[in-house]
Amino acid sequence: MYFLPTDEQRELQRGVREVLDSAFPLEKLPGGFDAVVWSTLVETGVFSLRTELELGLVEAALVFEELGRAAVPGPLVGTFLVAGHADGATTVLEARLTPLTVAHLDVATSVLVLDSGGSRLATASDVSGVPLPEPIDPLTPLHELAAAPTGSSIGLDYTRLMNEGALLTGALQVGLAARLTELAVAYAKSREQFDRPIGSFQAVKHICADMFVRTELARASLHSAAVMLDDPEAGDGARAVAGAKLLADEAATLNSRGCTQVHGGMGFTWEVPVHYLLKRAWLQATEFGTADDHAEALAALL
Amino acid sequence: MDLRDSAAERAFRTELRDWLAKTLPALGPKPHHTDWPGRRRYDTAWQRQLFDAGYAGINWPTEYGGRGATPTEHLIFLEETERAGAPYVGVNFVGLLHAGPTIATEGTPEQKAAHLPKILTGEEIWCQGFSEPSAGSDLASMRTRAVRDGDHYVVNGHKIWTSHAEVADYCELLVRTDPDAPKHKGITWLMMAMDSPGLEVRPLNTLLGSSEFSEVFFDNVRIPVSNRVGEENDGWRVTMVTLSFERGTAWVDQIVDSVRLVADLAAIAKKVTTHAGVAWEDRGLRRDIAHLGAEFDALWALTKRGVTEAGSGVPGASASVLKLRYTEARQRLMDLGARVLDRAAVSRTDIAGLPTGEWTTERLNSLSYTIAAGTSQIQRNIIGERILGLPKERG
Ligand SMILES: Cc1cc2nc3c(=O)[nH]c(=O)nc-3n(C[C@H](O)[C@H](O)[C@H](O)COP(=O)(O)OP(=O)(O)OC[C@H]3O[C@@H](n4cnc5c(N)ncnc54)[C@H](O)[C@@H]3O)c2cc1C
Repeated sequence: MYFLPTDEQRELQRGVREVLDSAFPLEKLPGGFDAVVWSTLVETGVFSLRTELELGLVEAALVFEELGRAAVPGPLVGTFLVAGHADGATTVLEARLTPLTVAHLDVATSVLVLDSGGSRLATASDVSGVPLPEPIDPLTPLHELAAAPTGSSIGLDYTRLMNEGALLTGALQVGLAARLTELAVAYAKSREQFDRPIGSFQAVKHICADMFVRTELARASLHSAAVMLDDPEAGDGARAVAGAKLLADEAATLNSRGCTQVHGGMGFTWEVPVHYLLKRAWLQATEFGTADDHAEALAALL
Repeated sequence: MDLRDSAAERAFRTELRDWLAKTLPALGPKPHHTDWPGRRRYDTAWQRQLFDAGYAGINWPTEYGGRGATPTEHLIFLEETERAGAPYVGVNFVGLLHAGPTIATEGTPEQKAAHLPKILTGEEIWCQGFSEPSAGSDLASMRTRAVRDGDHYVVNGHKIWTSHAEVADYCELLVRTDPDAPKHKGITWLMMAMDSPGLEVRPLNTLLGSSEFSEVFFDNVRIPVSNRVGEENDGWRVTMVTLSFERGTAWVDQIVDSVRLVADLAAIAKKVTTHAGVAWEDRGLRRDIAHLGAEFDALWALTKRGVTEAGSGVPGASASVLKLRYTEARQRLMDLGARVLDRAAVSRTDIAGLPTGEWTTERLNSLSYTIAAGTSQIQRNIIGERILGLPKERG
């Protein structure tokens, strides 16, 4: 056993972080989907890790943590899932969702319809929906559809797609949770009240420590699930993925609250970017299964 | 211990209910939350109606134009108006709950005559200029400076988080008049006209995408010395009078509202059907809703205890306990709402025939409850140190 990223895996993750730190720092976030950043990600091979670089879900999870940490807007998961089957940005429509809603329809070329009765690929321009006037995440436009579109089968298994999607969405959540911890810690060190940094008050220090602990737990769970999906002999991937998405959602949503709280009044403003991460976390908590869905799935395996 | 209305309380409740039933249907539609002039018109028109019916300043002494109601009647008033869906105190909040009571307690006869009647009729709107960029939890470290120049104070500095500053006529303003004194000793409480020259109000955008509060900049703003409430450098004590009002009754309508929201959530859960089935049939979810039902019922009971304590002059622990527990329970309620609504919770407007607009917007709004009016961490410090007598944290 060696349950740490290898040097190559660390290198990959560091490379993606460097690209995003310069191409998409938090100051750029309010602009939403950025076509230039998207092309950079495509060229870097973020979506074709598996198909062109012959890497696995472990590497994908590490890379998606970075995408989450930078809160990159766009149809990230779908584009990764269809690599090798379709070119271009691909958004996911989970046919089981009520109300039936899909993200980033306007920038996608394809829609991957995840349907237990048969997953399929539709052309985005053929799919019509009504845009939601105020989606929770201002950087993720949503459309409501009357019915799931038809399309052509690409022969991918529904359960496998759902597991991989949950894993990658979980990775985005872990990335958010980590960034929220970083932001809270930095603020707690610099903001002073009562003539000392607020981080010196145990009440604040403990919020930050809990955020860190949640992230570490979720990340270990996530990496473990990634290993098991890559190598079924390593363990029960389905059970591990359910636990990973559940803990990642918990880390991202609770860390959103913690980070807002540490920022005091500043945390309630639009100017401070914390709310963008919080809203993304709330949205992603409804994608590829909620924590309740995954708790049920896990319960069924106990 | 008795939880039933006395004969007089019952009569008061009945009379109020009748009046609400008669008055509310004639009210116009609520303005959009970004329409500030509209909000001011709506809130002040309601205040005028309360005044004409003898319900304005329900707990204010009759000598200042109030009704002089007992704390229990005040509670009944807040309970009944909230249950009936009457407008919230809105932009009248600071005037009725902070500035007015402070002026009534600490002001001169001239100050009372100039402001209290107008606050009661809704003619005069107030805001609170306490917090500063570097003085939030540590309010006493505020630095906005006032220097005496004849019969005026000349004010320079910067306030932040001033709610309703855009529509207010007056501001209850804390300034530093003695920079050399210990920090609690050099502060003065002033009434400032919001149209004073040298004053600039810059709205701040909240994470809701609307401007509920502003930054206020002072460039040699002149305030008459006659607008000082209390003695020079005695503003901290005057402030404590104000804050004790805020931490008392400020949450009553929200707790009544939360009890309603728990019932609403149960009804919504019976309606929401997802791939996992009907939400209400999920035992875990149903029990969590019930658990919050128990908490809000208990918070309502605690509110009544606080009101009885206030009425009998017993210094109680209820205010901090209520603020801390209510605000955190409210956040958990809104998170639970999102669990019930499932994917519908991603919309800030109503979708799928569900009240997602109210729930998702309030979920965001509730993030401020554990920050505004003393953060949860500060409330815990107060409970630990002032109520339990634990030693202070060392720096
Ligand atoms: C919606 C809203 C409306 C408001 N309206 C008004 C208004 O009308 N007028 C007005 O004057 N102000 C208003 N405020 C300001 C409010 O009172 C302050 O935001 C609040 O007191 C916290 O101060 P701060 O924002 O500077 O946070 P900080 O004091 O910087 O706090 C940051 C973090 O440090 C923690 N912390 C600070 N000190 C300690 C300590 N000693 N021990 C443990 N933890 C500590 C806090 O709990 C918080 O988590 C409003 C705020 C909000 C959010």
